[in-house]
Amino acid sequence: MNRTPAEGLSLRRVGAMLRRYLYLLRSSPPRILDLIYWPLVQMLTWGFLQTYLAKASAAAPIAGRLGLAAGTLIGAMLLWDILFRGQLGFSVSFLEEMWSRNIANLMMSPLRVGEFILALTAMSIIRLSIGFLPVTFLAILFFGFNLWGLGLAVGFFFANLILTSWAIGLLCSGVVLRYGLAAESLVWTVMFLMQPLACVFYPVGVLPKPLQAFAWMLPPTYVFEGLRGLLIHHAFRADLMGEAFVLNVLLFSVAVIGFRRMLLDARRAGSLLQTGE
Amino acid sequence: MHIAAPQRPCEPTAPAIEVEALTKAYKRLVAVDHVSFSVARGSVTGLLGGNGAGKTTTIGMIMGLILPTSGKVNVLGVDMLAERHRVLARMNFESPYVDMPHRLTVRQNLEVFGRLYGIGDLEIRISVLAKDLALEDLLDRPSGQLSAGQKTRVALAKALINEPEVLLLDEPTASLDPDTADWVRTHIETYRRGSGATILLASHNMREVERLCDRVIMLKEGRVAGDASPGELLARFGRDSLEEVFLDLARGRRRAP
Repeated sequence: MNRTPAEGLSLRRVGAMLRRYLYLLRSSPPRILDLIYWPLVQMLTWGFLQTYLAKASAAAPIAGRLGLAAGTLIGAMLLWDILFRGQLGFSVSFLEEMWSRNIANLMMSPLRVGEFILALTAMSIIRLSIGFLPVTFLAILFFGFNLWGLGLAVGFFFANLILTSWAIGLLCSGVVLRYGLAAESLVWTVMFLMQPLACVFYPVGVLPKPLQAFAWMLPPTYVFEGLRGLLIHHAFRADLMGEAFVLNVLLFSVAVIGFRRMLLDARRAGSLLQTGE
Repeated sequence: MHIAAPQRPCEPTAPAIEVEALTKAYKRLVAVDHVSFSVARGSVTGLLGGNGAGKTTTIGMIMGLILPTSGKVNVLGVDMLAERHRVLARMNFESPYVDMPHRLTVRQNLEVFGRLYGIGDLEIRISVLAKDLALEDLLDRPSGQLSAGQKTRVALAKALINEPEVLLLDEPTASLDPDTADWVRTHIETYRRGSGATILLASHNMREVERLCDRVIMLKEGRVAGDASPGELLARFGRDSLEEVFLDLARGRRRAP
């Protein structure tokens, strides 16, 4: 029988996993709808809020104006969605294996952990693109906000946010692997723990001093500060992107080590054959 | 693209499975206690025992899905604790504790696993399996819509997709009606005859073990309570069926001389 060796990194096995997730996505229209529905609702909510605040601010005396540059809220919301949907795209693909009790089949196959992670990251981008891309174009249509008009900066924002989302997604997946589906809610809520500290919709300076130190430990904080810098002061802060990248490399490394450690713990606890609650 | 690391040859003359002083303890419970055995290539060995005897845990440790507290496991001469990826493409398993994605069709599931196992002639392989396991009419149905018997046949197809040299089966006929169970047993026999594969089969179905196995390892409370061919066990215990031997062991009525 024609059988390729199992050692080394195999893009064929990564492709097999991608195929598995794409088959699943294709078989379930509600899953596709879900990918578009919430980003659209979010964009509309924040877009209208931005419009209202901008109008109210313009009508106020100069001293009382909010100083909202066009698109700070809606832009922040779109970038937040990269972070949130990127993590969900990663973790939900992983959860699919837990829900279908398929994880032991995968762990017993020649699939390597690195290949599994690679497939999950690729799926995160695919799932994110399905929801995110149309919404960015609708933002132009409804509110005249063109995220793509920010040019190369969008690439830096995206790279940093998606790296954070993968790191968090990987850590959540590790926890679910170790503790079972009882820990599933973490996947859906963990990003909201980060939201106030990452200063998505307001500057870091708004936070009390002690919290500001924590905020600067989070890579997304640099991205959202960078976005506001670009929209309000028309200046791209490469230094902020560099610092975010360094933190992301650290965070992702910790996540990979953490995931491997939790996989080892799951094997030690014998829970791979008993996935479920 | 495939970036392959240099392959070290597996030990060609080593037993298919070697287990030495294998132990698994969970806090206060010792699930498997210093179990040792080796399984010759091409044989069918039954792991027999009641619920909680340690069969699934032993199989889980052989596969590397469960880490032992102590002891060694070698499959095809490869240390499963250190280098399991060297032999995973040559093994496979079926267990009632795992399932396959429900929304994917049978064909899609087999295709995904075929690719994971690096099967080159995948379409042909799926056709052969579909014919052998009477899955032809089920190939385009979602796996989640199948009956228990159909699911077992699909799980068996997945377990055979790479024509494994070592096949681990954990209660392959559990919850099947007698007709389907017999059908599955026949297919396991056929596969073994045709491929010369080594099969380790965990079961608490005595008739199944009597029919399929060359050798029986009886587990009780995580320890080996008997290890011989079915005929030898019957003679040793002076019984007519393995079921009676099993009951003797389970209830402590007699001990093997």
